[in-house]
Amino acid sequence: MSDYTHDSHVSTEHAVAHPGYGIFIKVWVALVILTGLLVLSSHFGQSYAVWGLLTLTPIKAGLVFYYFMHLKYEGALLKGVVLITIGTLLIFFALLFSDVAFH
Amino acid sequence: MTGHVHRDDLGARLGMWLFLVTEMILFGGLFIAYSYMRYRYPAEFHHGGGELNATLGIINTIVLLTSSLTVVLSIVAIQKADKRKAIAFLATTIGLGLVFLVIKGFEWAAKFHHGLYPSAPHLGTLPQGEQVFFGLYFTMTGLHGLHVLVGISVLTVLARMVGTGSIRQDRYIHLENGGLYWHLVDVIWIFLLPLFYLAA
Amino acid sequence: MSGTHASTAPPSYLVDTGTRKGLMAWLTTTDHKRIGVLYLGAMVTFFMVAMGVGFVMRLVQLTTFQKLISAQTYNALFTVHGVIMIFLFVIPGLPAVFGNFFLPILIGAKDVAFPRLNLTSWYFFMAGAILAVLSLFTGGGAPDTGWSFYAPFSLKTGTNVSLAVFAAFVLGFSSMLTGINFITTIHRLRAPGMKWFRMPLFCWAVYSTAWIQLLATPIIAITLVLVILERFFGIGIFDPAKGGDPLLYQHLFWIYSHPAVYIMILPAMGAITEIIPTFAKRTIFGYKAIAFSSIAIAAVGSLVWAHHMFTSGMSNVAQIVFSLLTMIVAVPSAIKVFNWVGTLYKGSIDFQPPLLFTLTFIFLFCIGGLTGVMQGALAVNVHLHDTYFIVGHFHYVMFGGTVMGFFAALLYWFPKMFGKMYSKKAIYASWFPMFVGFNMLYFGMLILGMLGMPRRYYVHLPQYHTLHVVATVGSWFLVLGLLGFFATLLYAIFKGEKAEDNPWGGLTLEWTIPSPPPVENFDEIPTITAGPYVFPQEAQ
Repeated sequence: MSDYTHDSHVSTEHAVAHPGYGIFIKVWVALVILTGLLVLSSHFGQSYAVWGLLTLTPIKAGLVFYYFMHLKYEGALLKGVVLITIGTLLIFFALLFSDVAFH
Repeated sequence: MTGHVHRDDLGARLGMWLFLVTEMILFGGLFIAYSYMRYRYPAEFHHGGGELNATLGIINTIVLLTSSLTVVLSIVAIQKADKRKAIAFLATTIGLGLVFLVIKGFEWAAKFHHGLYPSAPHLGTLPQGEQVFFGLYFTMTGLHGLHVLVGISVLTVLARMVGTGSIRQDRYIHLENGGLYWHLVDVIWIFLLPLFYLAA
Repeated sequence: MSGTHASTAPPSYLVDTGTRKGLMAWLTTTDHKRIGVLYLGAMVTFFMVAMGVGFVMRLVQLTTFQKLISAQTYNALFTVHGVIMIFLFVIPGLPAVFGNFFLPILIGAKDVAFPRLNLTSWYFFMAGAILAVLSLFTGGGAPDTGWSFYAPFSLKTGTNVSLAVFAAFVLGFSSMLTGINFITTIHRLRAPGMKWFRMPLFCWAVYSTAWIQLLATPIIAITLVLVILERFFGIGIFDPAKGGDPLLYQHLFWIYSHPAVYIMILPAMGAITEIIPTFAKRTIFGYKAIAFSSIAIAAVGSLVWAHHMFTSGMSNVAQIVFSLLTMIVAVPSAIKVFNWVGTLYKGSIDFQPPLLFTLTFIFLFCIGGLTGVMQGALAVNVHLHDTYFIVGHFHYVMFGGTVMGFFAALLYWFPKMFGKMYSKKAIYASWFPMFVGFNMLYFGMLILGMLGMPRRYYVHLPQYHTLHVVATVGSWFLVLGLLGFFATLLYAIFKGEKAEDNPWGGLTLEWTIPSPPPVENFDEIPTITAGPYVFPQEAQ
């Protein structure tokens, strides 16, 4: 899917040194620990569980995006694409709750 | 078409990310539906969540997180031209994906056994909020499971391509894009775990 | 084939150069130009069908015809008319046809970023179309819900809603894949020197549209999946009997379907922006304002969905928020109109058929836009909701805007696409009944709605009869004009005179290559050194 006939662009990305195994294993350890914290927080009651959900889950997702999905090593374009998507979803939520929350 | 065919790996990754945008919004729509209903039925959602088997949910989370790791490690392996390791990592991922689905299958079977599925006579006797909870539970985990299935198929094809050498050290964009898809499936589960099993 | 450019001119894209010939060559092509033509052929066919359905709907309002068409059939007719026109014509319309054909050429590329994916989009489109047609004749018969498939009726009706909804899902997939392709193309395949602010403004419009396609379409996809699951398994999310909420359906439906309105209109605005400088022979007035207003329409237009729900029982806070946002989205639209008129002012106007349809677009779109602002006001909305005023309003926008923009673009680019010129006299002759009939029909609807005629009713009270007759007679003129228009173009494809490479004196890249364009568009990828619309007489 990446082939096309065009003369002007030759991608030079990924010419730099690639990260090794170690960094990703460390991230995995962090993800498992965060999952443990999340489970732990849910044992302290409803409000802790919700706060755990609202803070720890985005951090976990962020780690996967940033390291596993290589966003750390990508340029502004792909980072921007992700931010626009998340921003759009958040605005959808906010506007929807302008209805739901004031019923 | 012979002649100057150039590769644009960044273009291909951009295309993949844009596809992931649609996946994120697709599940985003379900998360919107979930929060709408949860706001309306907080107590029923709490009770519904209590019916789910949190242990299985947590085990499945670890399974998927680990499978995400092995995918990214297979890319590292291919960058180091270590074909055998790359295939081994991919095979591990596929195996973990299957484990996830088997666990999920047991979970669903238990719910069916207890009459907790949409349109079940028993579910109809429960409060309305719990009916909605289980409707959302089956829809969201079901759609996620479908994505796991698609991901397993894609990774199987990719493992074959590594084997035949069409994915190799200087040409592994397909593996990267397949990996991106798998990670997104993992991220969605990261959100599903607390929504259904923990915080509800 | 590349690398062997002989001294003779390369063959046009209409000539089969591969191993496959004829129909098979077309059905397996990955050439963006051929795919554009495939879309054009399919869409004009669907348009004619839905036009016929609309024609019959108007006949029902002449009460004598009610012996032939039952109320249930009437419900099916307006559903089918809406589904075909919206999902098969106006939403994919300009991006799929002219975006495919001209976006790569306008930025100096040889094709889109993912040519095979592009063909796949077309097959998804056709599959969706076939499923939509099948849904009319299978299962419980043609859906009778209206194109909006509102729950809970869509969950309960015995008609074949499931298949129709699945068809819309497949069409959405086609739309998203096209969006992915266009965004990647614009980011990665611009010719050397083609900076963002040197792109023709049609590209900006297509770019903004593609983003809405990506960010909004998945919401309708999941909503339609939920409707299907609801019908088959009774998951209860929209079903009030099980604790679900139809209002949630309306939110999710309009989160997509209002931005879809901007998917429809933005590319038409983009095409209009290409046409005006060419026939005013001067550069566009306010290039950046138009470019940014495209982005602004896409952004703000995605946040106004609940103005379709002012009478559905939302909270007051939401009503005020969405009313305000609705008013705001009129601003970037007005900026565009202002800039178009500003470009025409003191231009050396060369009056040709594309310009006539462009001016028609501006006139009709202004009526459509202003009636839209009226409905954005909460108090007025309560009176006008679900009346013929709404029907009149969105036909002014969708038909007067998007379809007239589509026609203007077709007239403008037709000589380039097919290498043939149509009869200008015949086009002028078909414009006249089209314009008169259009305004009789839809202005009639605006007045009917003000007087209180509800939409989607099979019968009407006697006091509305005169206006209904006016509207129906208008529809006859309109259909006459449309048939003349398409007949003229069809005749031109086969029997038209050969067109020049640059019949209108345009300056953008498509006019620098032969008509019809060669397979690879450019012998050599051009290097761009200036903006798109710098006319020589202005440079002095």
